[in-house]
Amino acid sequence: MKNENLYNYILGIADNSLILGQRMGELCGHGPTLETDIACTNISLDLFGQVRSYFQYAAKIAGDGRTEDDIAMLRKEREYKNVLLAEQPNTNFAYTIARHFLFDVYHFSFLNELQKSSDLTLSAIANKCIKEVSYHERFSSDWVKRLGDGTEESNQKMQEAINDLWTYTDELFHQTEADKVMVEDGVGVDVTKLKDNYYKSVGELLNKARLNTPESKWFQKGGKIGIHTEHLGYLLADLQYMQRTYPNMEW
Amino acid sequence: MSTKNWPLWEIFVRSKNGLEHRHCGSLHASDAEMALENARDVYTRRNEGVSIWVVESKHITASNPENNGELFEPAQDKVYRHPTFYDLPDEVKHM
Amino acid sequence: MSEDQIKNLEKEFEARIARDEKIEPKDWMPEKYRQTHIRQMSQHAHSEIIGMLPEGNWITRAPSLRRKVALLAKVQDEAGHGLYLYSATETLGISRDQMYEQLHTGKAKYSSIFNYPTLTWADMGAIGWLVDGAAIINQVPLCNTSYGPYARAMIRVCKEESFHQRQGYEIMIKLANGTPEQKEMAQDALNRWWWPSLMMLGPTDDKSVHTAQSMKWKLKRKTNDELRQQFIDQTVPQADLIGLTVPDPDLKWNEERGSYDFGEIDWDEFWQVVKGHGPMNKARMKARVGAWERGQWVRDAAMAHAEKKEERKQKQAV
Repeated sequence: MKNENLYNYILGIADNSLILGQRMGELCGHGPTLETDIACTNISLDLFGQVRSYFQYAAKIAGDGRTEDDIAMLRKEREYKNVLLAEQPNTNFAYTIARHFLFDVYHFSFLNELQKSSDLTLSAIANKCIKEVSYHERFSSDWVKRLGDGTEESNQKMQEAINDLWTYTDELFHQTEADKVMVEDGVGVDVTKLKDNYYKSVGELLNKARLNTPESKWFQKGGKIGIHTEHLGYLLADLQYMQRTYPNMEW
Repeated sequence: MSTKNWPLWEIFVRSKNGLEHRHCGSLHASDAEMALENARDVYTRRNEGVSIWVVESKHITASNPENNGELFEPAQDKVYRHPTFYDLPDEVKHM
Repeated sequence: MSEDQIKNLEKEFEARIARDEKIEPKDWMPEKYRQTHIRQMSQHAHSEIIGMLPEGNWITRAPSLRRKVALLAKVQDEAGHGLYLYSATETLGISRDQMYEQLHTGKAKYSSIFNYPTLTWADMGAIGWLVDGAAIINQVPLCNTSYGPYARAMIRVCKEESFHQRQGYEIMIKLANGTPEQKEMAQDALNRWWWPSLMMLGPTDDKSVHTAQSMKWKLKRKTNDELRQQFIDQTVPQADLIGLTVPDPDLKWNEERGSYDFGEIDWDEFWQVVKGHGPMNKARMKARVGAWERGQWVRDAAMAHAEKKEERKQKQAV
């Protein structure tokens, strides 16, 4: 492939939306209220919309006849490049909210930079997605505040979710080799520069929500280079089921 | 701990600038901010709006249909409030 | 109020409906009108919400991204339609929580079709095509029903549902024109969903208890049997067109009637499923009750937060 770095770079972005969208999609029909159910599905739909834009572009770059679906559903587990945070399960609503909140704050600042990409397709996608993600961040932040401030029980559950997912936050700011090349080319975003602001905004919001910022400095990593948690395999089993069971068919 | 249910809100959506907000339905939310967000997610997901009002249902005071006679019927025979009440010569086409 | 006065009010009320006037929430209405509407509208809302489950079962496994977003949007619409209908029912003086309570304790019914399992991807096609097809036939006349909030909710529902049936039929077309394996999958789904879809239009006219009253109040415009015939007549050619076979050996075009004759429906199965003995009754209820119970602390927290926020605002104002 001529543009392998760019291809990998796009997958690195898109896989996050794909896996998060899939996780949010699991909740459709099972939310705490009808209104919340509808809101969560909207987020899932936004994320899958983003995935399609990215993968259609990636398919064009690959230029070997693969489609958006081939890229989304026919890779091996080690070939998915999403961050570990994205694949964490919906243990309860607090975990769902914590996962999205911790990702949304990053996602917004990432897209903000990606808009300046020298790659016009990527900057156009970022320009469209950032409005969606701005709302996602508002939605998840509001819920962190509600659950953190709400009752004793909700405060505990929210704190537990933040504590458990905290270990996956640092990875958001790691760079792969493809990332570094892309940054040098003016295509990619230097995520290391987003880190300080991220922890500042997250800390401020947690504080507002009567929650403690975890102090742990031990972080998990690996998603970006395809080394995932055990959760991803099961998620992929669902995601890929049809394409694997009935290969080479159109739907 | 509170076990109260989320109150009901009435939702009004302006479909585009230049038009008035119109009542489009109701939903449940714990507070005004959430009511706005829920309204956005429930009632504008097909691009139906550019502006939303939310009002907690209990704050709406409605007229009682039992009083419709005294409230609305007296207006029925005040035909002089309408332009068709007045005679104009045929030569005047627009007025 | 004296009995005579009530009789007068009732007469005037029926006359208004006969004149095609709408009844609005604060208008006087006979208690039976209120109760019948609460029952039918909440049942309708429950059907939308339970109806999310069989299709929701395939969201994570949809075969392509295009199909996935369409299915997500469709199931989400069902949540929306449940919401519109619950809201409309609330105008009759019952809360959504009370209606949930009735659903969760088995006091309220919902459409029996959702007690069948979705076993393959083709079931997404069959549900959209057949179940939504039958639902539309039921629902379109309700846009003119006598109770204003119900009619308005239904106008919104029907407008939004227009893509649902197409979504399903398109899935079926693709399968029917696909590999032999795909075509077999489509035929299998049609075989399993055909009869439950016919049952969905309700018991035969001679067994239906509510029809006469419902006609008067415009909750119904046509009888169950008429609706069923309409459904069969419009659906059979659609099956023919894509080369699928309707699983009814007695199905035959009747030139004289200008309609299809069709075989005996297994009403024993229908009543068994209504009574709770369908393959998925228990699982559906467990999923709904489970989601509601798991959400309790979330709803409580949101309410507690709203109250605290209000208190803080008041304190600041002092």
